[in-house]
Amino acid sequence: MENLNSYLIVSAILFAIGTIGVLTRKNVIVMFMCIELMLNAVNLTFVAFSRHLGNLDGQVFVFFIMTVAAAEAAVGLALIIAFFNNKESIDVEDVNLMKW
Amino acid sequence: METLFFLIITLVAIVSAIMVITCKNPINSALALIMTFFCLATYYVMLDAPFMAAVQVMVYAGAIMVLIVFTIMLLNVRVDSTKKHSHKVLFGMIIGFFTLVNTVFVLVKSRAALPTGPYSGDMIKQIGHTELVGREIFTNFLLPFEVTSILLLVAIIGAVILAKKKI
Repeated sequence: MENLNSYLIVSAILFAIGTIGVLTRKNVIVMFMCIELMLNAVNLTFVAFSRHLGNLDGQVFVFFIMTVAAAEAAVGLALIIAFFNNKESIDVEDVNLMKW
Repeated sequence: METLFFLIITLVAIVSAIMVITCKNPINSALALIMTFFCLATYYVMLDAPFMAAVQVMVYAGAIMVLIVFTIMLLNVRVDSTKKHSHKVLFGMIIGFFTLVNTVFVLVKSRAALPTGPYSGDMIKQIGHTELVGREIFTNFLLPFEVTSILLLVAIIGAVILAKKKI
């Protein structure tokens, strides 16, 4: 498939689904997975443009995004576990200590 | 034939992405997300990027999702609490819709540059995608690659400190 636009549209749809998930769900882990989904949609855009332009820089960027996502997963899940130890809940509505 | 294959993969990817945000049980969401990651790996193969597909399957579908599923099972919270449920669903849908329109508009209507880089499909097939990406990383992107190791070290230390009972 050489058609760039179809990949871009798929990537936009996945990104929008991820956005809706982050905005509507209350479960922290599901929000976390939606963020991963949005990162993957951006990765697809990078690879599609990289292939279209004949330049491999985009794929190197995908490599770095994956590294950042792995670091984010480790730290984010540690935060979720620390939060669950304190509150016995993973609902974002319960994260209100700093709410005034 | 290839268009039909692309449509099937797209259908699977989008349906499983919707399942990620609609399933009540987080485990089902995680399994649907793994399905989406495999579809994205298929896209990478169709875009002549087999190394990216392999890394996608190993890092995302392997490492990160195992970590998430492990956390879900460790915390063992069964379903979403239904209290105060979703007065924001409509609002989120509207914002998501505008995000979709905006990204499609920007990505499709804006004028993409003509191919300028040196790597054509034939060259990738002939030399090998992994070798080309490796050359790119270890020459032009050597400093970011080394900085990445510091990022991972900081992430490891941060995770260990955050997960301790008493800091």
